[in-house]
Amino acid sequence: MSEPLLVMRGIGKRFPGVVALDGVDLRLYPGEVHALMGENGAGKSTLIKVLTGAYHHDQGEITLGGESVAFAGPHQAQQAGISTVYQEINLCPNLSVAENVLIGRAPTRFGRIRWSAVRRRAEELLDRLHLKIDVGSDLGTHSIAVQQMVAIARALDVDAKVLVLDEPTSSLDASEVDQLFGVMRGLKEEGIAILFVTHFLDQVYEIADRMTVLRNGRRVGEYRTADLSQLDLVGAMIGKELAALEDIEEAPRREVAALERGTPVVSADGLGRNGAIAPFSLAIHKGEVVGLAGLLGSGRTEVARLLFGADHADQGKIAVDGEPVALRGPQSAMRQKIAYCPENRRTDGLVEELTVRENIILALQADRGWARPVPRTRQDELVARYVKALDIRPADPEIPVRNLSGGNQQKVLLARWLITEPKLMILDEPTRGIDVGAKAEIQKLVVELSDGGMAVLFISAELEEVLRLSHKVAVLRDRKLVAELDNTDGLDTDRVMAAIASGGVA
Amino acid sequence: MNVVRHRLFWPVAMLVALLLSNLFFTPDFFSIEVRDGHLFGSLIDILRQGAPLMLVALGMTLVIATSGIDLSVGAVVAISGAMACQQIAGLDDQGAVGGVLVAVALALALSAGLGAWNGFLVSVVGIQPIIATLILMVAGRGVAQVITDGQIVNVNSPPYKTIAAGFLFGIPVPVIIAAGVVALVAVVIRRSAFGMLLESVGGNAGASRLAGIRSRRLIIIAYVVCAVCAGVAGLMVSSTVSSADGNNNGLLIELDAILAVVIGGTSLLGGRFSIAGTVIGALLIKTLDTTVYTIGIPPEVALLFKAVVVVILCLVQSPAFRAKFARRQPAEVTA
Repeated sequence: MSEPLLVMRGIGKRFPGVVALDGVDLRLYPGEVHALMGENGAGKSTLIKVLTGAYHHDQGEITLGGESVAFAGPHQAQQAGISTVYQEINLCPNLSVAENVLIGRAPTRFGRIRWSAVRRRAEELLDRLHLKIDVGSDLGTHSIAVQQMVAIARALDVDAKVLVLDEPTSSLDASEVDQLFGVMRGLKEEGIAILFVTHFLDQVYEIADRMTVLRNGRRVGEYRTADLSQLDLVGAMIGKELAALEDIEEAPRREVAALERGTPVVSADGLGRNGAIAPFSLAIHKGEVVGLAGLLGSGRTEVARLLFGADHADQGKIAVDGEPVALRGPQSAMRQKIAYCPENRRTDGLVEELTVRENIILALQADRGWARPVPRTRQDELVARYVKALDIRPADPEIPVRNLSGGNQQKVLLARWLITEPKLMILDEPTRGIDVGAKAEIQKLVVELSDGGMAVLFISAELEEVLRLSHKVAVLRDRKLVAELDNTDGLDTDRVMAAIASGGVA
Repeated sequence: MNVVRHRLFWPVAMLVALLLSNLFFTPDFFSIEVRDGHLFGSLIDILRQGAPLMLVALGMTLVIATSGIDLSVGAVVAISGAMACQQIAGLDDQGAVGGVLVAVALALALSAGLGAWNGFLVSVVGIQPIIATLILMVAGRGVAQVITDGQIVNVNSPPYKTIAAGFLFGIPVPVIIAAGVVALVAVVIRRSAFGMLLESVGGNAGASRLAGIRSRRLIIIAYVVCAVCAGVAGLMVSSTVSSADGNNNGLLIELDAILAVVIGGTSLLGGRFSIAGTVIGALLIKTLDTTVYTIGIPPEVALLFKAVVVVILCLVQSPAFRAKFARRQPAEVTA
């Protein structure tokens, strides 16, 4: 191989109370896709932020094309040819697609922006990704997947030598992933070095040439994808044998018929909201896990929001324990002991500047009202118990939740709702964008909760996960609930996909 | 090192520096003497004159924590004073304590109503706070004029005069009132869950809603507390001069209050707030006003001087600015 295009050597970065990176090396060659692997909190995001100039590293050096570089900010890194698409999309939903692609570098004439040129350039860039949308439309009107593509188009506009993709596929469906990989292969041909961060191991083996594995802020090693088996990779990432996932498979699954005796904990009858989800009926029983399967935008989140009262149903009824209830908002759903962990934990879930303790206590406190504070000793006791039970790291409840990694943030959100002791827990993509270890822990938790009698509505884009955990799978397609399948031995991903594809006729 | 890193280090350092510079020009600046059992001195003057600003800034802190802002506090100061003075002027005996107390209660009730109006516009109607409170900022001066029939109302009421000029246990009454209100609000907020829920709503309104927080009620309470604080400040201001001037009482106090909150380290974006910081911010602004007089800065450049000090303070508080200097120093060894 030729000389590496980019070398990071001995990179160190510490935050108050946390050593995020400790002497990490990374080499990127031109024309390769290099996967950056590691659990949540391993330091992947921090390393990327150092590379892209968002953070300043405390130790080590970075060379690009043989020359030592130090970026004072993301803009300088971009100028040098390092472009990034972050996990959480950093675009402006209230601006048009074209503006988002070219904001800050729109072609001008005599200081005036040439809008026709902006539109043309945006269309060209999106064409490269085979995306056909109206570039004049507001970005916010498009799905997360399309927004992700727009973010990539924006990154490509600058003359990129290194393209960093941080979890670009976590909200894409299979065909969109293929489309993205096509684009990545094209860019590879052009000699661009792509640093690819993902939690999907299959995708790594499909697209990456080499990989660097991080664990606890240190580099475990650099491997050729062909030389490392998936099992060895997982071992390298978590540093121990992983039997947790298999445990769940082996646990005897209770029969749906046995679970569905008696009054459902929550039942929806013809519940619907115009423009969001067609009227649907769904019953969830004590101790039952109901999985929601369907493509992105098929109405999974909409179902969850109606059941939590986050959106108002304009038709249909909800009953809790057989009693009809009116859900006027999240707080009335909470009164009925319904809990909801939203899909987008950063914007809809956590209050980032508050501490771990405050975030965990928030829902319980909201339910009691401001005048009846949860006594501090009780807070500390509850928080300590759940920090331990869910293994939230770092185990310091008084640091801002912003300083935690994605998986640990998700656990904080879970803890917030677990202390309210709900009868129905709605989990919207609880394992999205988090690592194998934390994922297994959360899956195990779902099984434990349902064994303990809690009803769970489990939403995930990963069918395997839905099938592994659910007693019953409700299939959504085009904002309609099209099938309800008992998860017996005969049910596999093919049949669920067939139900999605055929609209439930199969 | 930890002392320097504390949020309030720079405001406190600046406050101390300003006080010391006064000492340089006026050697007896720090002396406090007891006359007729009452405390007198420059430091006492700063506290007394700073009391209204401290109260207004205290309320403003809560509103800013919700990621709002209240531009109407100056108008509320005027309305509250106008209401109280008009009421007292109509009394047969302006010296009657009962009558004055009724006037004070009316003025504060009216202030609370105005705060509720602001809160209603912001949280129920959904108008942006800066616009919602701009309505009362502009219209409020008119309301004050209507209350006083367009006149400057003069009163001659010893009990009312006490609010600004009286002493209790040798300490000026306005200082006691301000300290009492600050302590009360601070205790209620941190002992209850009000502060945390307010920070949650200001930090992330959407997530707070999904966590079941009824933010409407919290936001209205914040605006009501803010207006009542402004109302108390209005009583002090009008009591100082024994008259209510709808046009000039509390003029531009909203800007000083916002500045005090920001100097105290509360972000205008909402979320985390610091009442101690606001108190220091308010004292700093008043000390600055005093300093302008004691070191004899000509009136025509006084505002410029204030601006320079505020800019310097903002710079030393800015992490980005400090980082530029910190980088030149050898790397610090931490355990």
